[in-house]
Amino acid sequence: MTTLKNSKGFWLSIVLALIFFSVMQFTISNGMLNPFYINTLMFIGINIMLATSLHLIIGITGQFSIGHAGFLAVGAYASAVMTMKLELPFIIALLAGGILAAVAGMVIGIPSLRLKGDYLAIATLGFGEIVRIVLLNIDYVGGASGMQVSHLTTWPWVFACVMITIIVIRNFTNSTHGRACISVREDETAADAMGINTTYYKVAAFVIGAFFAGVAGSLYAHNFYIIQPSNFGFLKSFDILIFVVLGGLGSLSGSVLAAILLTIVTTFLQDYPETRMIIYSLVLILMMIFRPQGLMGTREITTLFTGKKTKGGPKDGSHNTVA
Amino acid sequence: MEATIPLLKVDSVGIRFGGLKAVSDVNVELFPGELVGLIGPNGAGKTTFFNLLTGVYVPTEGTIALNGENLKKQPPYKITRKGISRTFQNIRLFSELSVIDNVKVAYHSLAKHRIASSIFRLPGHFSGEKEMDEKAIEFLKIFNLDQYKDEKAKNLPYGQQRRLEIARALAANPKLLLLDEPAAGMNPHETKELMNLIAFIRKEFNLTVLLIEHDMSLVMGVCERIYVLDHGQLIAHGKPEEIRNDPKVIEAYLGEEVS
Repeated sequence: MTTLKNSKGFWLSIVLALIFFSVMQFTISNGMLNPFYINTLMFIGINIMLATSLHLIIGITGQFSIGHAGFLAVGAYASAVMTMKLELPFIIALLAGGILAAVAGMVIGIPSLRLKGDYLAIATLGFGEIVRIVLLNIDYVGGASGMQVSHLTTWPWVFACVMITIIVIRNFTNSTHGRACISVREDETAADAMGINTTYYKVAAFVIGAFFAGVAGSLYAHNFYIIQPSNFGFLKSFDILIFVVLGGLGSLSGSVLAAILLTIVTTFLQDYPETRMIIYSLVLILMMIFRPQGLMGTREITTLFTGKKTKGGPKDGSHNTVA
Repeated sequence: MEATIPLLKVDSVGIRFGGLKAVSDVNVELFPGELVGLIGPNGAGKTTFFNLLTGVYVPTEGTIALNGENLKKQPPYKITRKGISRTFQNIRLFSELSVIDNVKVAYHSLAKHRIASSIFRLPGHFSGEKEMDEKAIEFLKIFNLDQYKDEKAKNLPYGQQRRLEIARALAANPKLLLLDEPAAGMNPHETKELMNLIAFIRKEFNLTVLLIEHDMSLVMGVCERIYVLDHGQLIAHGKPEEIRNDPKVIEAYLGEEVS
């Protein structure tokens, strides 16, 4: 019964997304949208991918990782090398970026996911910085001056990648594997005692998250003409972290929403460079004061429409938003 | 009880944390179908002993064998899959998950569909999830928890949370169930209900149960045999009436007699 209810909301969102895609595609191909807005749109898409992939690691599996920009960098550089140096088609570069980031995720994840909380955060932060410094010192990819990349990222590519990311993460979450990850987040000892291979699922979430961050990196690299190691510093990791926390830890649609909102806010604040960071911080502070559980809490957009049904069930089940 | 092979054989097991011997030289044998109590004063090492059995701690000495198979250095999740399941002294439910999902997590190790099949929504995913769903609902009915199935576990009343924790432990399909102070914080009426439940599941699921409990009258009432731990060592074991009159046990609980 519940699966039927969920899938209704799911197909509705797919249809809405396709309509949105067609409208955008139409306006872009007719030149009705100026390049600034097109660029913002792409940036939103990339940020959604980053936010949802980190959501899987932090929001679902509860592993506090703040080195996500590292995976972004691995994906960006790997794909840039593919298209610029090896002259392979874009689709292969996209996949290569994702796969390489996933491999990096596994290599980093297996040792560091034995750590918990603050220690894991420090280890992943260290990973992100290592990636940046290593890239800074490889002359093959241009070192500090960066690497020229041709503009290949188009709206259909971004849209397809965003959709695939969201659907894969949603499908993973709404399955026994997702529940295993959530049980690790809720109580690792109890999960272990219930026969869940906690290490396996922590690494799995890490690898899937890293893969999509890598794909996002490929799109990112081919959207900006140039990539430099300084684009992937720890501030970038924090930006992504903010999407996830602000959207509501554990809510997929929340992280999507937060990515959209904050990207728009930062983009339009670029006209006011002096006060940009002040306003941005103010937005964050106000958010944390008035909605500490994030935009969506742990809820999903689809449950907002079908939510009335669940309220009719067990008595007094509706007011659990007061944390 | 006939002289069958023991389900669980604990042979001079001990663990030390640095210089502290938390548990040492404990020998326990549990036979299929038994309901056995483990008692002892605070800090006697009862929960540590449970943690040794379930693989949370690795014993520094001795061996633990389930059905003759040595469990040494097995990770906790493998031990659970081999048939030892437990509840916790402080309830450890997956509080943000719904009641039914808590049970489904315990079914996870039986799931046949892999990650890829769920991601791409292959037929295996749907049949696997459906089977889990139906099984979990049936299971919750046994415990009268099915009316709460979509409620978050943290919103259940305390007594129901205890019930759910036991249900979840049973869903993992154990041969041996370890209950760590299941009656803690319950009133006499709830405790009685709990005891009936334990007696019921033991029959229904063909279980062997090892029970840690503080409430002496409760342990004496239901357990067939009792082990007594004090300062990490077994000081007595036997039938309830033997334990009740054992001078060592009385000393451990009430202190030495002033001569």
